[in-house]
Amino acid sequence: MNMQNDDTLLQVQGLRTVFETRAGTVCAVDGVDVAVRRGECLGVVGESGSGKSVTFGSVMGLVRRPGRIDAGRILFEGRDLRALTPRQMRAIRGRDIAMTMQDALTALNPALTVGEQLAEVLEAHDEELPRGRAARRRAIRDRAVEMLGLVGIPSPGTRLRQYPHEFSGGMRQRIMIAIALASKPKLLIADEPTTALDVTIQAQVLELISDIRAELGMSVVLITHDLGVVAEHCDRVMVMYAGQVVEQGPTAEVIGQPKHPYTKGLLGSIPRLALRGEKIHPIEGQVPELIDLPAQCRFYSRCRERGVECLQSIAMQDAGPGRQARCIRLNPETVS
Amino acid sequence: MSLARLIERLLQLVPVLLGVSVIVFVMITLTPGDPVEIMIGDQVVTPELEAAMRHDLGLDRPVHERFFVFLGNAVQGDFGESFYHRRPVIDVIAERLPATIELSLVALLIALATAIPLGVLAAIKRNSVLDRLATVGSLLGVSLPGFWFGILLLMLFAVHLQLLPVSGRIGFSSEIEPITHFLLIDTLLRGRPDAFLDALSHIVLPAITLGLPMTAILMRVTRTSMLEVMRQDYVTFAEAKGLARHRVLFRHALKNALIPTVSVAAIETGSLLGGNMIVETVFGWPGLGRLVVESIFVRNYPLVQAAVLFYAVTYVMLNFVADILYTVLNPRVKL
Repeated sequence: MNMQNDDTLLQVQGLRTVFETRAGTVCAVDGVDVAVRRGECLGVVGESGSGKSVTFGSVMGLVRRPGRIDAGRILFEGRDLRALTPRQMRAIRGRDIAMTMQDALTALNPALTVGEQLAEVLEAHDEELPRGRAARRRAIRDRAVEMLGLVGIPSPGTRLRQYPHEFSGGMRQRIMIAIALASKPKLLIADEPTTALDVTIQAQVLELISDIRAELGMSVVLITHDLGVVAEHCDRVMVMYAGQVVEQGPTAEVIGQPKHPYTKGLLGSIPRLALRGEKIHPIEGQVPELIDLPAQCRFYSRCRERGVECLQSIAMQDAGPGRQARCIRLNPETVS
Repeated sequence: MSLARLIERLLQLVPVLLGVSVIVFVMITLTPGDPVEIMIGDQVVTPELEAAMRHDLGLDRPVHERFFVFLGNAVQGDFGESFYHRRPVIDVIAERLPATIELSLVALLIALATAIPLGVLAAIKRNSVLDRLATVGSLLGVSLPGFWFGILLLMLFAVHLQLLPVSGRIGFSSEIEPITHFLLIDTLLRGRPDAFLDALSHIVLPAITLGLPMTAILMRVTRTSMLEVMRQDYVTFAEAKGLARHRVLFRHALKNALIPTVSVAAIETGSLLGGNMIVETVFGWPGLGRLVVESIFVRNYPLVQAAVLFYAVTYVMLNFVADILYTVLNPRVKL
């Protein structure tokens, strides 16, 4: 647990985020550990409801009622974000940790121009802006133009005065990325940045994120359910299932040799052009309800490899250098 | 807003006004009671004099003929003479209108100034004591009848506490030479702060009574749309940018949440202007509403017709204003 070294930008330990509902307490994130190193791209994979968005929403401090963080530590550059005041947290949000959302159409405010939405991040965070009113406004405008140019919006000067609905879907996604990157964050959390886009635009947007990551030297957390995207862009990958991390490690190794039956299932359910005619193998069954889960492997009901030893709480097992998986069969000594 | 669209809107007024004039004309002719008989009252007059009076008012002609005469004159801007005042109804209405507009505007101001902050607070502090109080209060606001609530206010503030005057627009000692005919403005223009306070004390209770249902409606609209907007992704995204809370709430949330509020307010202003007969009667307010009530009692046909047409025009125009405001606030919509 205490492998905090200077290279680690974000370290989440034992995070537990719950939602109080009428039916009971839903444990959307249950004991999640994450580490993000400086400059790396971490892919986070899992189906809807696996807790990937809630995990990073918790990191941003953006869990809304009836949700709340129940336990765990969120260390960003060694500071525990949970111990910060709302004001201190606001200073980090948007400046050190930025986020993009799945659909830029709903994430951009329809009643404000793109320029206004870009400028306010700079106003909130940029300490290098000049003091004088006019000089300040000019500096903000210049930076806004520069950011739109950086994400590849043509004639950024005039487009600053336009509203989000006047842009195409791919353009809007770029604008949202420009806003997120405006204050040069150290960590970008990209929550399904391509789900709402056409395939051709998807590649462009991911390329853009990769380029800017290299340029700014920032870390990226790429939340997605597309393993292809992960394979192409991420150094490491973390697979989540039912509120837990079930496997994590270097991308090539996890995808090449998955250890957890769920990861194997995910890989088996990807349609591939090269293997036309071959059957896709979807994972049977559904994600369990996250209320009052029994003490057993959460994937038990859907697992092809299950046995009696799986009917107990399963901890993460070492699965090779830098790799872990939450499957008891990896470690036969613990199998009773 | 294109010119063509504007003209289209104005043309839409024509069928509306035509329909309204027919309905008003028919309704008032069907209403039992005869203007000449009401004028004569208990006096004894010869049948010749009665016939002369009837001829004088044009009431000896058949109904359909009267209607077309009225319509023909109305198109030329002539709404006839008030039976009672023996002056053009336009003049009589114009005299009373400023009092009604002033009352409506103050009511609107009170409604906006209380409804928006309350609606926003209720939404932010959802399910709190304040939210519950506001919800109950707004339910009361729409359900309390104006005449009853007005009398209640009068009893408390004018009769018991004697803080505010019972009726009228301004005290005798404060009367001033009019400029704009809006007393709250004129008293200030004439440099009479004492008279301003006097006029203000007269307008407070009727304006509150008139504005109460509107306050209640606007508060609920604001609360609902604020709750809706605060669930939107762009509010989360604004928070993710690390913006100050007031900025997220007012710039990102409220600007969008006010779109329905403003439209409803513009439309409701029509009912303020047209729905103040009871309030003006309760508070002895010398406005158009009371004039219309009095005119209905004495079957003053021309005045009632003209006033109802005026209400119709106002209503349509305010709907138009609501549309324009909607586009101003919502850049996605182009008229």
